[in-house]
Amino acid sequence: MSGSPIFWLPAASTEGARTDHLFFLLCGISTLIVLLVLTLIVTFAIRYRHGSAAPRGRLPEFFRSEFEIGWTAATAFLFLFIFWWASAAQLAGYAPPPDAIEMHVTAKQWMFKTQQPNGAREINQLHMPVDTPVRLVMTSQDVIHSFWVPAFRFKRDILPGRVTQGWFQATRTGTFHLFCAEYCGTDHSEMGGEVIVMPKADYAAWTAAQPEGDDLGKAGGKLFVKMGCAGCHAGSNAVHAPNLAGLWGRTIPLADGSSVEVDERYVRDSILQPRREIAAGYEPIMPSFQGVASEADLTRLVAYIRSLATGEDAGQ
Amino acid sequence: MTDMTAESGLTAPRSDTYLNHGSTLWSWLTTTDHKRIALLYFGSITLFFFIGGAAATMIRLELISPNGALFTNDGYNRLFTLHGVIMVWFFLVPSIPTTFGNFLLPLMIGASDVAFPRLNLFSWYLNTVGGLLVVACLVLGGVDTGWTFYTPFSSMFSNSYVFLAVAAVFVVGFSTIATGVNFIVTVHALRAPGMTWFRLPLFVWTQYATAIVIILATPVLAISLALIAAERLFGLPIFDPQHGGDPVLFQHLFWFYSHPAVYIMILPAFGVVSELIACFSRRQVFGYTAMVWAILGISVIGFFVWGHHMFVAGMSPFAALVFSFLSFIVAVPSAIKVFNWTFTLYRGQIYFEAPMLYALGFIGLFTIGGLTGLFTASLPIDVHVTDSYFVVAHFHYVMVGGSVSAFFGALHFWWPKISGRMAPDGWARFAAILMFFGFNFTFFPQFVMGYLGMNRRYHHYAPEFQIYHVASSMGAVILAAAYLLPMGYLTWSLFRGQKARANPWGATGLEWQTSSPPPKHNFDQRPVVTERAYVYHPDQESPRHEEPNAREPHNPQGQRG
Repeated sequence: MSGSPIFWLPAASTEGARTDHLFFLLCGISTLIVLLVLTLIVTFAIRYRHGSAAPRGRLPEFFRSEFEIGWTAATAFLFLFIFWWASAAQLAGYAPPPDAIEMHVTAKQWMFKTQQPNGAREINQLHMPVDTPVRLVMTSQDVIHSFWVPAFRFKRDILPGRVTQGWFQATRTGTFHLFCAEYCGTDHSEMGGEVIVMPKADYAAWTAAQPEGDDLGKAGGKLFVKMGCAGCHAGSNAVHAPNLAGLWGRTIPLADGSSVEVDERYVRDSILQPRREIAAGYEPIMPSFQGVASEADLTRLVAYIRSLATGEDAGQ
Repeated sequence: MTDMTAESGLTAPRSDTYLNHGSTLWSWLTTTDHKRIALLYFGSITLFFFIGGAAATMIRLELISPNGALFTNDGYNRLFTLHGVIMVWFFLVPSIPTTFGNFLLPLMIGASDVAFPRLNLFSWYLNTVGGLLVVACLVLGGVDTGWTFYTPFSSMFSNSYVFLAVAAVFVVGFSTIATGVNFIVTVHALRAPGMTWFRLPLFVWTQYATAIVIILATPVLAISLALIAAERLFGLPIFDPQHGGDPVLFQHLFWFYSHPAVYIMILPAFGVVSELIACFSRRQVFGYTAMVWAILGISVIGFFVWGHHMFVAGMSPFAALVFSFLSFIVAVPSAIKVFNWTFTLYRGQIYFEAPMLYALGFIGLFTIGGLTGLFTASLPIDVHVTDSYFVVAHFHYVMVGGSVSAFFGALHFWWPKISGRMAPDGWARFAAILMFFGFNFTFFPQFVMGYLGMNRRYHHYAPEFQIYHVASSMGAVILAAAYLLPMGYLTWSLFRGQKARANPWGATGLEWQTSSPPPKHNFDQRPVVTERAYVYHPDQESPRHEEPNAREPHNPQGQRG
């Protein structure tokens, strides 16, 4: 994104703001310590350069052990304080809110495949609403990847054979970098994309406009009507054709006396070559859809017929 | 305060030094003299420093543009893997122990050699075999897993010479173990009469602690590398989740070695800097006992913090808290050391010759490296910056700003002892200052771009980071010049440098109580140690007033004979 700021990247998530506070606190403490050490070294170096007139005198007795104990205790307490602050911030943001919306991420060499709660799929993009907690459920198909959105100060590794989770809540709309942070091979540096945070209403509109990837059945239902299948196979019809409701998964007798299980292969073949395996008791009157229905159409039609397994009438 | 009687008899050049004891190549390749083996190691690590440095130069060149096109993606991945593997295992881990450790450890404790001289030579040959394997890997086409060899990428997916690289590291690991065993036994068994544990120079303490960490941690590295080889060659499903393996197991094993390895790389530098600061401020090391306990504390606690490399890799929140807590704890002894070095300067008589400039530079860079370690120990910040340039900058500040600065400090400090010649101090000071600024120029911008979202191991990157990459690459030019300079003037000094006296810096250690360069058997008479290390001045009195360039004489730690 060419418009990205060069000198500072403002946090765009609730967790990010907390991380930045801690970061600034540590920057402050570190600057003070560096200045302290630098001042001491420069002062001593100038004052006690060899041959300088600065009085050295006798070294006081207390000088050794008390100083030692003093700064050991001081650094230990300082570090414990930072640990407490950091860990409290981490624990406060550990568990996702129960109402977080769930997004799925599948990583592979070298892309992120994401899926919205309604099933809409994206590649190297993740649309999400602002001010809404989002929970990521992630897995990898090959090596270890990592999902990093710098503006959210969020990162979580994506492992093969395991589901990892994380969550964030965006506080600003906009388009933010998404990077793969764990080295994953040749195109590691090309593996990334963007997280697009939208106002809630825009997100709702965007979602509604998406083809609902997982709901292939619904698309198949429209095809079922459009291609004329419903003319014969719908619930009550003059033409004598099998009703498809509740058919999926059953074993049915064929006209030649054998039987077959209604599965993906049988349904597919029956659309393309309807006369090969005729269900017992029906006339071989169905035309072939070879060359009419594309592969994608077939997938949708099969998904639709599968969705009728529960017994609703076809063509509704 | 006596005059330097101990030295007076040693100033005359002698003909029977370890360098001219034998001059054939064969006499070098079959030597069991720890000083000659140290020089063999100097040759190896210098070669690898420049191979690794050349890789770094090409990386910085490629990253000037967000769409760098000098290399393919695969080529770039091989480049940074090469840089990491060579710099970690063939330069940093062996650097100070095998060169200065080998050379100085027996001298500092008043021994004539290490405990197992032939094992010492064997370790150099193992190192050479490992080096040949890694060069073979490089010539054949390289390896693209990153120096961390993460599974399942390394064991199942990478199409590069993973086995060769793993074998190289496996072999060189045993070379390090051999050195470790040797140092431990040497310190236990061969200390001169009177050299009690709490009279040991801190350099010896750090070598001892490093050796213990080496022998406890390196076998775990060997195991994890062997498991990668088993999965890659024989399909043994150790890390493959499809067959019940666990890819994260590798990370636990690897970091169980590789975090202590960080201390293998930095502890010897602590030792060097303690010697330099004490000698050039003419002061006893402030809080010697605390320094010893800090060294031992770091070595022990360093074994229990490995999980902080894996906060985002799928770890229970409780485990993450424990590792975070221990990571803060391990920082305390490091902080103590920084304060102790600083207060060693207090009321001293400070000289600013080149080794001192390197040592002061070390304190500055190590302090920044250590403080940014607190950032990465803090869970929410680490989640954001892990695998970013922030972490790259952090460990370069410790490993390069720290260890490499100390290495160069040691090189200039003990150069007269090793070569018998003085390095030209003006050039050396110039190089030290150049190195300090070049280093900051190169690596400080990386902190910023890391926090802003610049990923490590990225060949191509988002355009908003270019300004930082350009700054970093410009710094790298200065840094490269600063690393090349000593090659020039040190070589010059071998032929034209002023002849060195036995103790040109007026230091207390036993290594300065023999001629420069030392004879093959180190000491003509075995030293007897009568006092603590670093007695540059009586306990309660500050170093006395000195005329410029006239160091106050002091008691050497050991009396000869």
